[in-house]
Amino acid sequence: MGLGVDYRNTIARRAAEEIGNGMVVNLGIGIPSLVPNHLPNSMMVMFHAENGITGMGPSPEKGKEDENLCNAGGFPVTLNQGGSYCDSAIAFGMIRRGRVDITILGSLQVSGHGDLANWIVPGKKVPGMGGAMELAQKARKVIVLMNHCDKAGNPKIVTSCTLPLTSAACVDMIITELAVFMVTSEGLLLTELFSPYNLQEVINKTECEFTISDDVRKINY
Amino acid sequence: MDNPFGKITTLEKVLELFYNGMTVMFGGFGGVGSPPTLIDGILEKGIREITLIGNDTGFPHIGIGKLVSQERAIKVIASHIGSNPIAGKLMHEGKLEVEFSPQGILAERIRAGGVGLPAILTDIGMDNELVSKNKPHFLLNGKDYLIEKALTAEVSIVYAKKADPYGNLIYDKSARNTNPLVAMAGDITIAEVEEIVPLGSLQPDEIITPGVFVDHIIPSKGVNWKWAWE
Repeated sequence: MGLGVDYRNTIARRAAEEIGNGMVVNLGIGIPSLVPNHLPNSMMVMFHAENGITGMGPSPEKGKEDENLCNAGGFPVTLNQGGSYCDSAIAFGMIRRGRVDITILGSLQVSGHGDLANWIVPGKKVPGMGGAMELAQKARKVIVLMNHCDKAGNPKIVTSCTLPLTSAACVDMIITELAVFMVTSEGLLLTELFSPYNLQEVINKTECEFTISDDVRKINY
Repeated sequence: MDNPFGKITTLEKVLELFYNGMTVMFGGFGGVGSPPTLIDGILEKGIREITLIGNDTGFPHIGIGKLVSQERAIKVIASHIGSNPIAGKLMHEGKLEVEFSPQGILAERIRAGGVGLPAILTDIGMDNELVSKNKPHFLLNGKDYLIEKALTAEVSIVYAKKADPYGNLIYDKSARNTNPLVAMAGDITIAEVEEIVPLGSLQPDEIITPGVFVDHIIPSKGVNWKWAWE
């Protein structure tokens, strides 16, 4: 695989490896929404939506959409067997009580200490935090999927976030089209590298310093 | 339909409860589960300077977004306005005050108002200035918490699938969302429903909102907007 590869699906596929049978998983919009496509059909995962769905299934066929069965982004979904509906307070109760195993979300910036900034660009885009703060603070594992650099080529993995924080020190793992990082108490640890990229490229495109694992996995899906 | 509690009424009648400068709480999430007939009625009656409380500001032509887009609100308390760019534009122009509250905390503030509690303690967004600004703290068991005030409104408007004449409500799938919470938090609660069924025909075990919380019931004319995905 070389340039032109569908890097969004590459990132999503790697994120899917983090999901295990029986987990409760909340997915953000964008690349995270591609993650279910990369799970084996036999795996039972309860996808959670903040608007009160547990056990969310894929998009319905065209023409079979139900306006009263939508995900938190307002798009039609389906319900898997064993799924249920609840009100918004209960949906967030699941998050705050630690019952959501993984949240997979996008971000504008992440710092080397796992600070997450994904909700506003002052003066430009102020959409509100929605459920991001609760998910970032209370999901058992927070995985960020994002492009390594922004559209202008600036690193999104930074020493200290310049954008307002959604939540401090909450991210556990970062997956970009270049590499996979774990957030440790000592900072970032690069554990995996996507083909065809090399370490120097990652270093050049990452603002903060990071440690490199002794045994870097090379991913070539 | 028998109307032994006098709760089943008309849009015209309930619109008498709305006035300029009031606070209205609404059910719905991205427009899903927001009451279309009541929203249109409020628009047509020309109610202005409303303080709106609800999950989000919908889309420009969907849900509560219609009231926001036509500049009928002076303030919203919500968790998200991103799907309605007009709300963002009005906020930046200083025509709309927006108080952001984290989504689940907003839901709990509404729930607290609905169940007669003055406030809740939370640890969400404590390190975020926009969330924690001007809010008192409380130390409990050695941990610091924010005190988030409960929310109520002069009128709550909700959307349900079925009501019986007492106002017992059941909802349709994810259109439930904030509706059961909002239904409890209004000084007056109006339920717009797809279907009004006779007393005794809802399974008591399946009722989500007991009719105790519902003052008025009106039939819905149905959703008259085009969804973003259509």
